[in-house]
Amino acid sequence: MAWRTREQVTAVIRQRRRRTDRLAERLMAALSAACVLLVPLIAAALWLRAWPILRTRPLGDLLFSTVWRPQQGAFGFFPFIMGTLWVTAVAMVLAVPPSLLTAIYLAEYAPPRLRAVANPLIDLLAGIPSVVYGVWGVVVVVPLVGQRVGPLLHRWLGVVPLFRQDNPTGYSILAGGIVLAVMVFPIIIAVAQDVIRAVPQGLREASLALGATRWQTVRNVVLRRAWAGVMAAIMLGFSRAFGETMAVLMVVGNIPQVPRSILDAAYPLTALIANNYGEMMSIPLYDAALMGGALILLAIVLVFNVAARAVLVRWVGS
Amino acid sequence: MTEPLIEIRDLNVWYGTEHALKGITVDIPARQITAVIGPSGCGKTTLLRSLNRLLEETEGTRVTGQVLLDGVNIYDRGVDVTEVRTRVGMLAPKPFPLPMSIYDNVAYGRRIHGLPVLDKGNGRHLDRIVERYLRAAGLWEEVKDRLHSPASGLSTGQQQRLCLARALAVEPEVLLCDEPTSALDPISAQRIEEQLRAIKTETTIVVVTHSLRQAHRLADYLIFLWLGELVEAGPARQVFQNPRDERTRAYLAGDIG
Ligand SMILES: Nc1ncnc2c1ncn2[C@@H]1O[C@H](COP(=O)(O)OP(=O)(O)O)[C@@H](O)[C@H]1O
Ligand SMILES: [Mg+2]
Repeated sequence: MAWRTREQVTAVIRQRRRRTDRLAERLMAALSAACVLLVPLIAAALWLRAWPILRTRPLGDLLFSTVWRPQQGAFGFFPFIMGTLWVTAVAMVLAVPPSLLTAIYLAEYAPPRLRAVANPLIDLLAGIPSVVYGVWGVVVVVPLVGQRVGPLLHRWLGVVPLFRQDNPTGYSILAGGIVLAVMVFPIIIAVAQDVIRAVPQGLREASLALGATRWQTVRNVVLRRAWAGVMAAIMLGFSRAFGETMAVLMVVGNIPQVPRSILDAAYPLTALIANNYGEMMSIPLYDAALMGGALILLAIVLVFNVAARAVLVRWVGS
Repeated sequence: MTEPLIEIRDLNVWYGTEHALKGITVDIPARQITAVIGPSGCGKTTLLRSLNRLLEETEGTRVTGQVLLDGVNIYDRGVDVTEVRTRVGMLAPKPFPLPMSIYDNVAYGRRIHGLPVLDKGNGRHLDRIVERYLRAAGLWEEVKDRLHSPASGLSTGQQQRLCLARALAVEPEVLLCDEPTSALDPISAQRIEEQLRAIKTETTIVVVTHSLRQAHRLADYLIFLWLGELVEAGPARQVFQNPRDERTRAYLAGDIG
């Protein structure tokens, strides 16, 4: 083989670099496309599997009927949809205020040394498997709700239906909400903290230099600036709470009823699917019904995400 | 020299182990413009930020010595830091408009202090205050038709004048300016300088600058820092024409820094 000149060598290298560059770009584009396509693909698969039940029942019946008797062919998802929404709502109400305050404290007030201790612990909390939270729920939270919190709420706030205790077991929406809230804390705290710390120091100092207190600065300047990111943190927490299955089904009681009180038992969609998939498949349409349930979950997540995005765009846009 | 408003006594500042200001003792005269000059890293910003205790916002700083404002040491235990910063305002090198409207930026300081903003309701009083300080900062004509649009929409030069208006609206006795024109185009810079000269009849101004020409144009009184030490301080004309210290002479001649 003849010696190649320096120019030829550089040409070869250049060509190779260009090829690698193109290859890398295509690979990344393909992966991105796969990710983006995943949602419609999953939706399509669920739709196909749920088709037997979607075809034979009006959508309104499936969504709003409260009767769930698979043996008789009655598939009303309303109790499960409500179960999911109630548990998630209670979890978010319990989780958002304390985790935001914690994030603000750690980002704006805490000395660096405290932050260095607290944040790894909070991250650890995020890494605990959900079944462990479930066990903790059964052992600690359920008795606590059944024997202490429940009676107390009933006694003081029982005139409001939301706080009536007709179910002394403690396996309830509140128990599920508490367990979920603890699972959601670390996510909201970590993300909100990062978002708040990303606000430029000069902006903080601009407010402080006018004689504002730290809290005035946080409220009027830092949070106003970080608002969109804080919402994103809450949305992440919401998605976690919404989709969580194992820990919830261990503590909510799993009774298909439309709840009236946070002390009632409930049966979220995720628990329905996890408890029953692969069982009782001899019942006609049961498999299709569970797929329908999964499809409803997906639809609710999509609706919430789109709504949150719309709100964000409006606020950031203005 | 007129009555000193700020008396700095043996002021030392450390960042961790770095000794950034070493035993500074100097008086800053009331209702004049004092320019702080010196090469980059000599401690000008540190000195300025020690005068409104903004230094405390940086982790790991330590301060010893005294800064007397009207005879009271602002580092004394009983002194409220928000009170200090209300009396001693600041203009940063880069404008940081608050994430709100132009109007709200100027009104911000009034509102957080609960100063008599809404004298007898209806907010018209506040309108007048906002207008007055936007005029004082030379910005009124440019923004009067869009007071309620976001401040982030202004140009950098306008934003810096907005920050000036915002600082003035609190009616500070002292205004600290850290290289207030370094991020600005020449025209905006000139406007800021004009405004500073215009307000010095009521406000004591301390301006850090790395531009000797700016110091020439603005300063009544001059402080020269070198490696964290005060080398020379005195009436500007005297220091410029007849520096006592060899380092001052060299710096003014452009031989060092
Ligand atoms: N946040 C900080 N942490 C550590 N050292 C600092 C910090 N800010 C300033 N310094 C040091 O203090 C000295 C004075 O800095 P500075 O006051 O900013 O000087 P100037 O404003 O005159 O350029 C410099 O040596 C600088 O390295
Ligand atoms: Mg500086």
